[in-house]
Amino acid sequence: MREEMERDERVFVMGEDIGTRGGVFLATDGFLQKFGAERVIDTPLAESSIAGIALGAATSGMRPIAEMEFADFIWPVFNQIVGEAARVRYGTNGGLHVPLVLRAPYGGGVRGGLYHSQSVESFFAHVPGLKVVVPATPYDAKGLLKSAIRDDDPVVFLEHKRTYRLVRGEVPDEEYTLPIGVADVKLEGSDISVITYGLMLHHCIEAARELAKEGISVEVVDLRTLRPLDEATVLVSVRKTGKALVVHEDTRAVGIGAEVAATIAEKAFDRLDGPVTRLAGPDVPAMPFSPPLEEMFMLDSKNIADAVRTLARY
Amino acid sequence: MGDGNPDIATLKSPANKVGAIRLDAPRMLAMYTQMVRSRTLDERVWLLNRQGKVALMSSAQGHEAAQIATVHALRPGQDWFYTYYRDLAVVVALGVPFKEIMLGYMAKAGEPFSGARQFPCHGAYPKYHIVNPSNVVGTRIPQAVGAALAAKMRREGTVVIVYFGDGAASTGDCHEGMNFAAIHKLPVVFFCENNRYAISVPLSKQIAVSNVAARAEGYGMPGLTVDGTDVAAAYEATAEAAAKARAGHGPTLIEAMVERALPHTSDDDDRKYRSREEMEEVKRRDPLPILKRQLEAIGVLNVELDARICEAAKREVDEATEFGEAAPYPTTEGFYDHVYAPQGGAPSP
Amino acid sequence: MKIELPQVGQSVTEGTIGRWLKQVGQRVEKYAPLVEVLTDKVNMEMPSPVAGVLTRIVAQEGETVPMGAVIAEIAVAEEEQVITPPSAAKSGQMPADRIGTLLKNVAPMGPTGSGGPLMETAPSQAAPASAAPPLPPAPTAPEDGPTAPGRYSPVVQRLAAEHRVDLSKVKGTGIGGRVTRKDVEDAIQVKGGAAPPGEARPVAADEERMPLSPMRRIIAEHMVKSATQIPHVWSLVEADVTELAMRREALKEGFRAARGFPLTYLAFVLQAVAESLKEHPLLNSSWGGDAIILKKRVSIGIAVAAPSGLVVPVIRDADTKGIAALAQEVDSLTQKARKGFLALQDVQGGTFTVNNTGALGSVASNPLINYPQAAILTTEAIVKRPVVVNDTVAVRSMMNLVLGFDHRIMDGAEAGAFLQAVKRRLEAMGPETAVG
Repeated sequence: MREEMERDERVFVMGEDIGTRGGVFLATDGFLQKFGAERVIDTPLAESSIAGIALGAATSGMRPIAEMEFADFIWPVFNQIVGEAARVRYGTNGGLHVPLVLRAPYGGGVRGGLYHSQSVESFFAHVPGLKVVVPATPYDAKGLLKSAIRDDDPVVFLEHKRTYRLVRGEVPDEEYTLPIGVADVKLEGSDISVITYGLMLHHCIEAARELAKEGISVEVVDLRTLRPLDEATVLVSVRKTGKALVVHEDTRAVGIGAEVAATIAEKAFDRLDGPVTRLAGPDVPAMPFSPPLEEMFMLDSKNIADAVRTLARY
Repeated sequence: MGDGNPDIATLKSPANKVGAIRLDAPRMLAMYTQMVRSRTLDERVWLLNRQGKVALMSSAQGHEAAQIATVHALRPGQDWFYTYYRDLAVVVALGVPFKEIMLGYMAKAGEPFSGARQFPCHGAYPKYHIVNPSNVVGTRIPQAVGAALAAKMRREGTVVIVYFGDGAASTGDCHEGMNFAAIHKLPVVFFCENNRYAISVPLSKQIAVSNVAARAEGYGMPGLTVDGTDVAAAYEATAEAAAKARAGHGPTLIEAMVERALPHTSDDDDRKYRSREEMEEVKRRDPLPILKRQLEAIGVLNVELDARICEAAKREVDEATEFGEAAPYPTTEGFYDHVYAPQGGAPSP
Repeated sequence: MKIELPQVGQSVTEGTIGRWLKQVGQRVEKYAPLVEVLTDKVNMEMPSPVAGVLTRIVAQEGETVPMGAVIAEIAVAEEEQVITPPSAAKSGQMPADRIGTLLKNVAPMGPTGSGGPLMETAPSQAAPASAAPPLPPAPTAPEDGPTAPGRYSPVVQRLAAEHRVDLSKVKGTGIGGRVTRKDVEDAIQVKGGAAPPGEARPVAADEERMPLSPMRRIIAEHMVKSATQIPHVWSLVEADVTELAMRREALKEGFRAARGFPLTYLAFVLQAVAESLKEHPLLNSSWGGDAIILKKRVSIGIAVAAPSGLVVPVIRDADTKGIAALAQEVDSLTQKARKGFLALQDVQGGTFTVNNTGALGSVASNPLINYPQAAILTTEAIVKRPVVVNDTVAVRSMMNLVLGFDHRIMDGAEAGAFLQAVKRRLEAMGPETAVG
């Protein structure tokens, strides 16, 4: 963000507690001093207007980054993002467009309870006109965020809260971008494809390394972008392995896994050697607070390894 | 503007003082011409709906004075106009050709706001700085505030005006947008066209205070209520608000009291909720005869000139109607265009 | 001109005629109110779509008619031109009844109770007769227990069809005995042969793709089958062919001059083998699963190095042929093989194979049985070696004979006896041996 704000003076950030506080997760620490209050805007507690104002600024030639303090508070912006931003280009026949990034920290396993743990991606990934990006590693986060800021369409950029602290990775200082809409094979394998994103990527890789000792060769595909979905990378992998397991933290029904599974069934049917399987969060309204209850909700590498073993034996 | 416009520059009537500011006679006559044109088009479209040729019409009849006055009080070509569904007279006053407007009502190919993807005059017409993105009331208010934020950041001296009805004034987006604009002293004019009905719900069931403008104080900006059937009152209020905004002194909420002469849309029947006596009163507050009488009183309009203006407007509307009817519907060729930026284009710098 | 009741408001299907505002014979201006129409959404005055004279009222006051029905006729003044949009369609007669009718050619309701303009949608195309085969049954989920026989995953079905694998013969290693992709891939390996054309491995820049001839494909399939399906055992004996060598040496020049083809060692060997096969029929057989198939004819394949690789043309009924005849056939088949003139029948019907590996200087080999035969014999290079004969060391022309055999069909005893029979015959050949 800092590099992009230095690079392009049309880029500015707005959200709650992003100024003096530097963001509740310190994503904008020091920005206020560096860029000033006009480009680092502390907003009232009014999410819908954060998105709506950012949208208006975006159609007027700016490149705003609007921040939701937590994805759990994203619902008031649903109308401005889904009902409005996603449709501006289409509804004006290309007359206006919305270079807007909506950042939101999401995800559980942080003792966040019902209102600081939610996964919101599938609601937005349903919407043509939006792009939904979910990086899992620091390297991907930088490259994809830069691309999102430079993108001419609205991008919902979801960062898993647990990856802020849990995942450390190399982030080159130099300039680079990663393309939106391109998945990444994080681990190559031949027996089974595990398709995932976000925090679950790390659990999947852990499980895959464990399974390698048992002679099960797992290919781990990190979707990185949920809309547009990189069907090609998924299909190449599944055509190779013949088996697919989709893993996500978000609840199971009508989730990303369903979309990925349907795509595989439609386009790689005659390469399948087992049922396309989903491993996802349980269908309860949200993640409970107490540790054993939270643990019950969150998947880990053990759950994933078990699911892979079952499918591998099939 | 139509062929039948009188040559405004040749009208050398002395400036006439109406209200608190000087609205000169040529400008008043220009407003009148636009009002006649808008009304003629409005009436024709309503009839076309009854003939099954226009799917939907949301008439601006009764709102025209306020709408046209705001356009004259601002700087078309520089300032931005966030309109809503009842703003036909704004679109007319900004100069969008009738043929193009008619394409929108008939959902025909070449419609400039949205390629006939949206309801008439919805979408955007960047050439005229008109933005009217959606049918959801109130959503455009924070968007207009965002446009004003951009204008302020770029120090353009541009003002944004956002129009909305009394119904939209109840939305959370309205509150959030006004609050933010006031905090940051953004160059935006909030223009509420209060016709006292949110479809069928009367004002008494929308707000507990006497008027919408009373809310401005709560946000820390000036708010005033004007007679929206009087071009001069609306013009003066808007011009002052625009000047203040342009000078960096922040937003203003203007509430223009107007009349909705027809049902909410062509699908609505207001006989269920408005008495005929009330509608007689509405007719007495029709801004068109009011302005006509003002112009006649100061001697810049006579029967002959009025007939010329009306005849020109009818001819313009006739031509637009024939043009619209002869125009083809859009092909489905571009159906998938503009979902995202075109593929393969270089990333924006 | 017939005047129809227009479609106003997409959710409305019919209207009730109110008062006629013009009477028959009266002139009507375009857009002038013509008739009152009451619908369940709006009550309106319908404007005239044209200017003219009202000539007939079709729908009377109080009558309820569907949208699109003719309600009046107007004689259109000549100068009036009715413009019809190019692709606009008439709303057509729509049935209206008390139950309601699902309208298929109108846009859905919009947010204000209306939608887009009424456009007749093209009648939906009748679904084309499906050429696609019915979908195979879904794979049984693991928790469903043992996989029902005959239910295969999509990839298994596809691979089996492409490689003509009989899935009922493939043993499944998946849950519940399910045939997995790996199982079918293994079966394809066993069935042998290169990948089918559709599955060709891509060729790298530094590689060249050489298409298979039908002959090559058959041999390759046999070799893979041989290596994977036959439990191979081999055995080696050495034969003293000093006398045979001397006999051949004595005859070969004249033989060639007289007949035009060489008198090869192989001809002698073939005769010894053919006769020994008659003596030991187990060697002239093939594995039949639950039985051993004994071959009544003795047809010996001879391995020949052809430009396209190893080929094995067959000398039919070798046991009925003399040494000269065998020499002639060897010569003929070898020539054909080297020139690539072998026909498919030249390589079919063999019951045993002899491979003269000695021609390449080899003294010991581990031959692969020519599937589905029971055994193969190699004749290694004849070398002069010091050999103990009658307790003294003598220099003799020695040849190793290696027999590879199918242990399912025979044990070492039978194989050894056959080898000894061949050895005995070769060692018996000498000055008296007639070449015929």
